[in-house]
Amino acid sequence: MKQINLTLPYHPESFADFAPGTKVLLNGVVYTARDMAHKRILQLIEDKKELPFDLQETAIFHCGPSPARPGAICGAIGPTTSSRMGPYIPALVDAGLRVIIGKGNIDQSYQNYMTNHRAIFLVAIGGASAVLSQHVVSCETFLWSDLGAEAVYRMELRDFPCYIPL
Amino acid sequence: MRKISARAITEAIYQAIRKISFAPDPDVTRLLKEAQNNESSPLARDALSIILENHRLSPTLQIPLCQDTGSTILFAEIGIEACLAEPLSQSLNRAIIRAQQEIPLRASIVQDPLFPRVNTGDNSPGIVHITQVEGDGLRLTIGQKGGGAENTSFLKMFTPATGANDIVEYITAKVLAAHSRPCPPLILGIGIGGNFETAPLLAKRALFEKLGRPHPDPQYRALEEQITEGINAAGCGVQGLGGNHTVLATHILSEPCHIASLPVAVNVQCHAHRHITVEVSRETN
Repeated sequence: MKQINLTLPYHPESFADFAPGTKVLLNGVVYTARDMAHKRILQLIEDKKELPFDLQETAIFHCGPSPARPGAICGAIGPTTSSRMGPYIPALVDAGLRVIIGKGNIDQSYQNYMTNHRAIFLVAIGGASAVLSQHVVSCETFLWSDLGAEAVYRMELRDFPCYIPL
Repeated sequence: MRKISARAITEAIYQAIRKISFAPDPDVTRLLKEAQNNESSPLARDALSIILENHRLSPTLQIPLCQDTGSTILFAEIGIEACLAEPLSQSLNRAIIRAQQEIPLRASIVQDPLFPRVNTGDNSPGIVHITQVEGDGLRLTIGQKGGGAENTSFLKMFTPATGANDIVEYITAKVLAAHSRPCPPLILGIGIGGNFETAPLLAKRALFEKLGRPHPDPQYRALEEQITEGINAAGCGVQGLGGNHTVLATHILSEPCHIASLPVAVNVQCHAHRHITVEVSRETN
């Protein structure tokens, strides 16, 4: 099993390093987004408004964390099913996004769109939330707190384990 | 007639939710360890070791096993000589709200599926199924069900011309089509018989059977084995990372059905299989 470190921002020139079946330890700041947050981000793109963060510099993590206990950095952390976010992928890639963290397979057409733009899809392990939470250095609600678990959270990750799917 | 207070029921449900949020089903741990020892894919072996580490860390750190702390399902067996102080759904919802705030759990329920999808903010309401039984007991089976696996569950109304092999083929194809979306390795609960509304209920009940128990009927036992082995031979594997463990266990439950019907429902369960059965005892009243 090949293992590499990725510190964001990701440079698409290194795309060849991310072969299927590679384990990736991810470092850097990412933003979570689930179904509702994607709808709102897409609306911003359609309205040609400024995005709240630079998609090229970061990654989008398909995740809705559970609330943190008082004093804890974060609650339970893990990926949600990425196929639901598939239809939003082309617009986000066009806007600069190159790294997505999630789980499950995404439709081939969206996977192809990512590959053609040297974007990478990282699979994190579902149902390993206590372990994954230990790789989160900071976690705060960043945007749209009215969405609760579906809000955008800003998270700093350290050696966060994921895989390039087969 | 035995009276059971609302406080006793709410407390029993709250404690049950608290326990399953962190404590993995020991049978899942056992099956995952067996899988790890027989796993052909190095990637899947790595993922299994992280999942098993999660089983150790979650209760220690009191961080839920999965961030999708699910919808809450309650199957109650109520003795005909037991008298509950309030409708069970009220006790359940009070326990859910307390669990969401105190543990805390994720609020994952929207008030309406379409118009509009607004989060209730406290993870209520839960889902209740009641069966009446003899005696004065109150037995509660509580499950936390994540959305990803539930989304890949399915029902088909077959007709009597269908053979057992057709059912195996259909289930195998549907589960493989879901690929890694339901978070394999999986447990499959299968309900055969009943009708359009009871087959899925039977499938959900099948998930709560003791994991890995052999089916008492050798014909159904053979079906369970064919389904598990057929899916595992296809190579999706743990989290879609390849290898030979997409399914940990398959449980079939069957019941009588109409002469024209052969309903088959499959409830897909991820490896974060959170469930417990508790008896509301006399002492807690």
